[in-house]
Amino acid sequence: MAETVESPGRRRLSPPAVGARPEQRGRPGLPARAGRRRAASAPGAPGGRARAGAFIRRHRLGPYLLLLPSLIGIGLVLLWPTIQVGVLSFQNFGLGQLSGAVPTQWVGFANFTNILRDAEFWLALRNTVVFAAVVVVLTLLIGTLVGLLLHHLGRRMATFVSSATLLAWATPVVSASVVFYWLFSPDGGIVDWSLSKLPGWLGGGAHWAAFNWTTSGALPAYTVLTFIVVWMGFPFIAVTVLAGLKTIPAELTEAARVDGASPWRSFWAITYPLMRPIFLVLLLLSIIWDFGVFTQTYLITGELGNRDEYNLSLYAYDKAFTLPPSYGLGAALALILTVILLIITVGYVRASVRQGAIS
Amino acid sequence: MTALHRVAGNQALRRSRSSARPRPGPGRPRASRSTRRFALNGIGVVVALVTLFPILWMVSTAFKPPGELYSLTPHPLPAHPTLGNFAAVINGHAAGLGISFWTFARNSLYVTVVTVLLASLVSLLAAVAVARFRFRFRVTYLIMLLIVQMLPAQALVIPLFVDFRGIGLLDNLTGLILIYTAQALPISIWLLRNFVAAVPRDLEEAAAIDGAGPVRVFWRILFPLVAPGLVATSIFSFITAWNEFIFALTFLGNDQSKFTLQIYVQFFFARGTADWGAIMAASTLYMIPVMVFFLFVQRRMVGGLVAGAVKG
Repeated sequence: MAETVESPGRRRLSPPAVGARPEQRGRPGLPARAGRRRAASAPGAPGGRARAGAFIRRHRLGPYLLLLPSLIGIGLVLLWPTIQVGVLSFQNFGLGQLSGAVPTQWVGFANFTNILRDAEFWLALRNTVVFAAVVVVLTLLIGTLVGLLLHHLGRRMATFVSSATLLAWATPVVSASVVFYWLFSPDGGIVDWSLSKLPGWLGGGAHWAAFNWTTSGALPAYTVLTFIVVWMGFPFIAVTVLAGLKTIPAELTEAARVDGASPWRSFWAITYPLMRPIFLVLLLLSIIWDFGVFTQTYLITGELGNRDEYNLSLYAYDKAFTLPPSYGLGAALALILTVILLIITVGYVRASVRQGAIS
Repeated sequence: MTALHRVAGNQALRRSRSSARPRPGPGRPRASRSTRRFALNGIGVVVALVTLFPILWMVSTAFKPPGELYSLTPHPLPAHPTLGNFAAVINGHAAGLGISFWTFARNSLYVTVVTVLLASLVSLLAAVAVARFRFRFRVTYLIMLLIVQMLPAQALVIPLFVDFRGIGLLDNLTGLILIYTAQALPISIWLLRNFVAAVPRDLEEAAAIDGAGPVRVFWRILFPLVAPGLVATSIFSFITAWNEFIFALTFLGNDQSKFTLQIYVQFFFARGTADWGAIMAASTLYMIPVMVFFLFVQRRMVGGLVAGAVKG
């Protein structure tokens, strides 16, 4: 596996990948060579199809036709609903409006002022931001350390370790949440048992014996959630960091070592500067992924059972779907969440473009 | 094989390597380097075991009879392994639904397979467009892909619930397939375009000169060469469809016979029976197809994952 990690990494990151672009660009504004190639094949096709083909070629519709199915799918399921979130957030839209019995009312910014005045919103926002900050830092730190470890391990050992970590990555979210709930269960869970057996100076003691992690407030619940989200998140970081490390010429680190640089020094002087673009992308992706985690939080905090453990996603879901449903309020919250994520996404897109991802 | 064996093997390897390379390294004594190797392998084993622990604990619990679950000292392995938990899950008594596990497995499999096929086809067409043609809005389209894959499902679920209720797609697996396909498209297109770009144009041109039409060139030349890439990207649509939670939770509320596996496990878990043996058995069964698929495409997947990550 070490090799498969290596080759795409090398291919994508090294200068030749940039050099490959002009070849692809072809003549500016022309549909490259593909158009001419298709023209050559036209005489072989039957009449009607040939005429349609000629029309497509003359107006250079080929690429647009190929994109059409994906545009329909993305448009209907991702783009149009995003616009609807915006529209709904300015409406009073509940059960009556859903069934069509009551006409939809425009309420201006009422949904937003309601939310901003609600203490629960600020609590949910605090939970969301603090949790994302802690988890992003931990995931990046552990992921980078494991990536460095994989880089220095022998081939077979690296395969073993990376397979183990990728199993965590591939574990379905529902399975992971349920298993961690069981690990932290006050009734037969292994964590409480281990903590109760730890000596006091290590923070253990009998008071842990039946500690309920999921209903004792935000801090214990989000501790469990931190374990789940970091556990599922660090393998991706590790594998990506490993791929980045493979692109660093061995001579550089070797030279630093010969000159007597410590591994710590060599990391900050050579590895980190070269991998900064990758770290930036990973940082932004992690923030986007760990901001308002829904599934794990929903399952661990008891299916909307503990309001003081809400994050923005649970709060929005609760407003929209718990009886009596208020889709307008939920949409206003969803819009706030979306806008925050889009701001980070702008940074992510800029970082990707600068890295030459769009060629 | 123990870590010691591995260290010995690595030493032998290094010795042969250093004989090929005359430069003797920084002059550190050999003993300290082999200690370092030993320590690294030790850390590697610990990292792997800690990471695997939750999965191992889940499987071990699934085989434990009820008496062993709440014992005062939990044991890592069941003393008297039983298949009773699996039997209770499969015959449908465990979660109190009276519906066999196979119904949910069939629903999940149907949704996932159709999603993978649809997403592969649609994203291959789009990938050919962006990899083989230069056209207006091409860059716009690519940036749009980057942005839409970040749109939070927690936000989209609200309007889509309203829409799907209007057109009767709630409690309907087709509705989920549509959503999962669209969700899988951005990353699939993004990854596939690299695979398409890697196919040499000369092949297609040669076929075209020999009189093959565009459709024929596509199926006979491009498709077989891109097929490995399709397998690599299919893991993403597979995982999207198999793991997705919030839409399934919201849309499959009323008709229990339409539950997919994740909703079945969630339903069982949320009942609060604390029948952990059976819940872990259900969770294990739900995870098996992912593991099988994962082991099957793992080598390719790591490549695809990395290509996608590093490229953005």
